[in-house]
Amino acid sequence: MKVTDKDVAYVADLANLELSAGERTAMVRDLNSILGYIDKLNQLDTSNVEPMAQVSDRYGIDQGKQGSERFSYATRDDIVEGLRKSLPQEVALQNAPDADGTFFRVPKVIER
Amino acid sequence: MNLASLTIDAARSAIQERKITALALAEEHYAKIAEKDGEVGAFLTLCKERALEQADRIDRLSAEGKPLPPLAGVPVAIKDVMSTRGIRTTAGSKSLEKYISPYDCTAVARMEAAGAVILGKTNCDEFAMGSSNENSAFHAVRNPRDLSRVPGGSSGGSAAAVAADMAIAALGSDTGGSIRQPASFCGVVGLMPTYGRVSRYGLIAFASSLDHIGPLTKNVKDAATILRTIAGRDPMDSTSAEVPVPDYVAEFEKPIRGLKLGVAKEYFGEGLDDEVRHAVESAIDKLEGQGCEIVPVSLPHTPYAIPTYYVIATAEASSNLARYDGVRYSFRARGVKSLSEMYRRSRDESFGAEVKRRIMLGTYALSAGYYDAYYLKAQKVRTLLARDFEDTFTRVDAIVTPTSPTAAFRLGEKSDDPLAMYLADIYTVTADLAGIPGISIPCGETKEKLPIGLQILGKHFDESTILRVARGYERSAH
Repeated sequence: MKVTDKDVAYVADLANLELSAGERTAMVRDLNSILGYIDKLNQLDTSNVEPMAQVSDRYGIDQGKQGSERFSYATRDDIVEGLRKSLPQEVALQNAPDADGTFFRVPKVIER
Repeated sequence: MNLASLTIDAARSAIQERKITALALAEEHYAKIAEKDGEVGAFLTLCKERALEQADRIDRLSAEGKPLPPLAGVPVAIKDVMSTRGIRTTAGSKSLEKYISPYDCTAVARMEAAGAVILGKTNCDEFAMGSSNENSAFHAVRNPRDLSRVPGGSSGGSAAAVAADMAIAALGSDTGGSIRQPASFCGVVGLMPTYGRVSRYGLIAFASSLDHIGPLTKNVKDAATILRTIAGRDPMDSTSAEVPVPDYVAEFEKPIRGLKLGVAKEYFGEGLDDEVRHAVESAIDKLEGQGCEIVPVSLPHTPYAIPTYYVIATAEASSNLARYDGVRYSFRARGVKSLSEMYRRSRDESFGAEVKRRIMLGTYALSAGYYDAYYLKAQKVRTLLARDFEDTFTRVDAIVTPTSPTAAFRLGEKSDDPLAMYLADIYTVTADLAGIPGISIPCGETKEKLPIGLQILGKHFDESTILRVARGYERSAH
């Protein structure tokens, strides 16, 4: 077993999930099963292979350009309302489970 | 009007020639939805008011004798991961059950600007995570060809809506096969364009380096027509590529004689159902009969695609889904006393089991001590998978494979075994990882009358060739 109850508790904490006792048991089982399969990747020697973080870096761009120049088409001036108007406040807040008309409202952050 | 054979061109011509109004056509599709969707479950939300307004606009253009745009009056369905202004967008998740999008997804806006009539939003696996549509928080979708079977996923509702003639076409999204596999299971055409070909602005993110938007249609030409409509640079999505958009519709009928088609042994190995193998091999024979040269090729890293995919996709998902925190998007757990409790309980109560599993797997793969072993390792193998295609495409124009190792499976058949479900994507994830385009077209049926899909993979930004090959097969099959 690679993943223990303790690991699941730690990762759930990182992911802001609580998980019930039943969910944690199932998670230990499922993660071990999936990670066991993923270990297949270790059959490959990748010591001289560059990682591929995204597709756009390799294809569809002008390879004659250098560095970030290659993506110059995707940049714009840093100005307010550069591409579109910001959403009006009431629209931005319309899906909030709790708002006061100006701000999102959440439970108290600092306990005293 | 017989909806079953109705394609984009036929619908548009009928409206242009005043044989039917766009309004009547929309109403006929709503009647079909009322008749069939109770048992299929393809739609989550209908937007009749918006649809009929658009239909009326098209009818007025038509009455004035003005030229009609390419999708004029065509009733379409949109997977519920694409934002639609003023209309509920749920991503199949309880966490967005009441979420109303404040703006339109670019692909949706382009469809509407081209005259399409948006009937409603289609069911999908929660946050597009799944291969059977059983992970929807609302209800499963049933395959219109056999109601005891799944429609595939995650764009199961979009595929089922087109297959059951409840829409002429639909938009779906594909991160690991979610357009092509359901197209294959439901017997329709599904096209995943090149990464960057279609803007994702307004698409609810699952895995940003893998997410694509594309059409599900009744034939190859309709897929070409929709791709031409939605493709092209969008300043609102910095990953949308600045690559010119060819006229796919003008090119797709070109003969395929002389094209070199690769057949990779790795896609015909263990786990491939015999009936699927037979149908795909027959399809390849037909393509050879049309003058294509069949070239045996090897994509040696294919067996590593699924493990690579499930590290990268879940890592990206764990980050993208951090935004569902109970503050902005409609759902918050009740009775929470602290901020931390609000985050945890809101996420716990609104995410389904598969979404939690993927967030956990992705968070684990990115966590201190495991980043190099899992995430970085998978990114390196991704390079090897991309190189497999680069090498092969120096020798062939396209690659033909089965879309899925089996035809549609039964509801519940794989839902208790996440790994078995992941393997349903074995022939489709490679294209997402490499960023190349792929199309699935129907190529026959099993003895039980279940559709089988032929997948055609192409070079980056060369959708024209895979559409041509798909059309070549379609011609030979009819």
